[in-house]
Amino acid sequence: MASSVISSSPFLCKSAQKDLGFPKPSQISVHRCQKRAISRKIVSVMAPQRSSSATGSVKTGMTMTEKILAKAAEKSQVVPGDNIWVNVDVLMTHDVCGPGAFGIFKREFGEKAKVWDPEKIVVIPDHYIFTADKRANRNVDIMREHCREQNIKYFYDITDLGDFRANPDYKGVCHVALAQEGHCRPGEVLLGTDSHTCTAGAFGQFATGIGNTDAGFVLGTGKILLKVPPTMRFILDGEMPSYLQAKDLILQIIGEISVAGATYKTMEFSGTTIESLTMEERMTLCNMVVEAGGKNGVIPPDATTFNYVENRTSVPFEPVYSDGNASFIADYRFDVSKLEPVVAKPHSPDNRALARECKDVKIDRVYIGSCTGGKTEDFMAAAKLFHAAGKQVKVPTFLVPATQKVWMDVYALPVPGAGGKTCAQIFEEAGCDTPTSPSCGACLGGPADTYARLNEPQVCVSTTNRNFPGRMGHKEGQIYLASPYTAAASALTGHVTDPREFLQ
Amino acid sequence: MASTLPTLPRALPSSSSKPSSPLVPFRSSSLKFTTPTPFIPSSISLSSRAASFVIPRATPASHGSGSTETLAKTTFHGLCFVLKDNIDTDQIIPADKATIFPSNQQERDEIASYALSGLPDSHTTRFVVPGEIKSKYSIIIAGENFGCGSSREHAPVCLGAAGAKAVVAQTYARIFFRNSVATGEVFPLESEVRVCDECTTGDTVTIELRDSGGLLTNHTTGKQYKLKAIGDAGPVIDAGGIFAYARKVGMIPSPSVA
Repeated sequence: MASSVISSSPFLCKSAQKDLGFPKPSQISVHRCQKRAISRKIVSVMAPQRSSSATGSVKTGMTMTEKILAKAAEKSQVVPGDNIWVNVDVLMTHDVCGPGAFGIFKREFGEKAKVWDPEKIVVIPDHYIFTADKRANRNVDIMREHCREQNIKYFYDITDLGDFRANPDYKGVCHVALAQEGHCRPGEVLLGTDSHTCTAGAFGQFATGIGNTDAGFVLGTGKILLKVPPTMRFILDGEMPSYLQAKDLILQIIGEISVAGATYKTMEFSGTTIESLTMEERMTLCNMVVEAGGKNGVIPPDATTFNYVENRTSVPFEPVYSDGNASFIADYRFDVSKLEPVVAKPHSPDNRALARECKDVKIDRVYIGSCTGGKTEDFMAAAKLFHAAGKQVKVPTFLVPATQKVWMDVYALPVPGAGGKTCAQIFEEAGCDTPTSPSCGACLGGPADTYARLNEPQVCVSTTNRNFPGRMGHKEGQIYLASPYTAAASALTGHVTDPREFLQ
Repeated sequence: MASTLPTLPRALPSSSSKPSSPLVPFRSSSLKFTTPTPFIPSSISLSSRAASFVIPRATPASHGSGSTETLAKTTFHGLCFVLKDNIDTDQIIPADKATIFPSNQQERDEIASYALSGLPDSHTTRFVVPGEIKSKYSIIIAGENFGCGSSREHAPVCLGAAGAKAVVAQTYARIFFRNSVATGEVFPLESEVRVCDECTTGDTVTIELRDSGGLLTNHTTGKQYKLKAIGDAGPVIDAGGIFAYARKVGMIPSPSVA
């Protein structure tokens, strides 16, 4: 095993009565810090007990997440387990859940009710867009009506489904669009009606997914009832090998702690490797926190973050950082220089295996896209590998840029080291399918006519985030989750392939 | 996995005869439970699904600090449908069905008909028989991490719409649990042991909720299992959902006041 973990003395935990996010009717007060029993299946280690001041009134250190939530609840201090009403900075919804969320909002607050702040809601159609499915199309129309009625400032609308470029407002995949449009800012609270809203934690903010009912509540009040999660810390150090990507890191971690390893917890990522990652790579890392059951993921903001954010928004923000004496419920350390490319085999994101140990797995197709693996840098990486290999793909290779901007980058930006060629040119020379209209695409299957949907029981290597049965369409489809490098390498051989075959 | 798991001795006078019909509630003098009555708050009109989920108060409402409210006694009874670990939301309701908008009854019936249709074909017993809307199983028993995956509320909604009243899982994914509580579609309960390994689809079960937890009785096997207390979610469920709870604690005004 390439990772090592800090050991420390075992830790006495309260018995695991599951309290789940809602306060007792007696007044909400600062509780004694409660640590939870870790699931028996997981190898977990505990941080040593921190400063143990006995009096409850002494201010103890807080983690990043605790600080963000405390500030949003207008409290000076919170501890894990506290149930608090939190002010929301941004609420995001899309075409699939928006109609339901607004429907609930109207039902509960009245047909003539107004949203709490029309400038803090971002509506991003992205899931089922380029389809003839009438209901899918209906959902975008419904959102248009709501946005018009409520004067929602940020509605990235699409009306011409035949040509995405004819829609100047349309963006594409919500989590990538949120970042690109400057809606992600350190220290804030961002909620979205999508499980991968945790992606935005890459910006040092609290970001998590909620359902329509909660969203309906936020629409009317700008607040949500949240339970403060304890934080698991993942310290990643060491130089990132040239063949490794953030997707490998998160698959490594999920394989380590399992799909429920972070349930109800924060996953905080830090260390020298994290500091070396670009924003898009940090987004990939935080994107799959939900696949470990995590409530939110978070990365301390730094110059990389500020540079990205300040180029996209002038809204002021206030970054926060975990205190030196904050308490973490678990500590994991990884020496990244020793890690190898990995995949998640069917049918679970924690079914980790080394890519090189799967080289006998014959595949039928490759899919590069989604909020997890369809960003500009993801395509750049795939193109870089194709260019280095100089060969043609052996299986259909589907390319689904996440947003309009990504699509344009694929066609406009030169790939470093490729003599001025763009991603699109390299993809064409390698025999990939033409990059398609930006959306969530087939990551979650979608209506029957969705481009690249898995309609047969085929084997697919994908840069997406989940591979449970039926995820991309067919129930017997076999999905191997992988990094863009691994996906590109696999396309070239027709088998699951370690990218070192072509990159070293 | 251990071959024998701890089960409670029967707390009731031994009854050698099984209930005469699966639909007869299992009663005993040592357990008190009330027949559920619909509870629709007058100040808000919840959709009809809230009535599927009824919690009469067993004790007077308590005010002020100190005393905690109690989750009044509720029972569920029916056939169970057994699943194992990591049943994700796409298996509960395939993602392409998310375009269905269960705000009207017709689409609610439609989404009900697809409940658990994403399960692999190795599950030969379907939760909802193709062509029907309702399931004959009103209680779902599952393993760990039930409802993992998406935040889409279509997952608990389709189960409730199909007639499921409660889920007894070993553990839940957090968004699914939260959505179950928020929508009131299914009552999410946790077992203390792997009940999913001891029950078979089609067993007749009763769930009795109490303040300190609950009791699952499998009438087909004769075994009983403790269920964990609902915890902090209790007051929200008790109030009738997040909106009702928020009104109760004064976070939002009642519509009649506006």
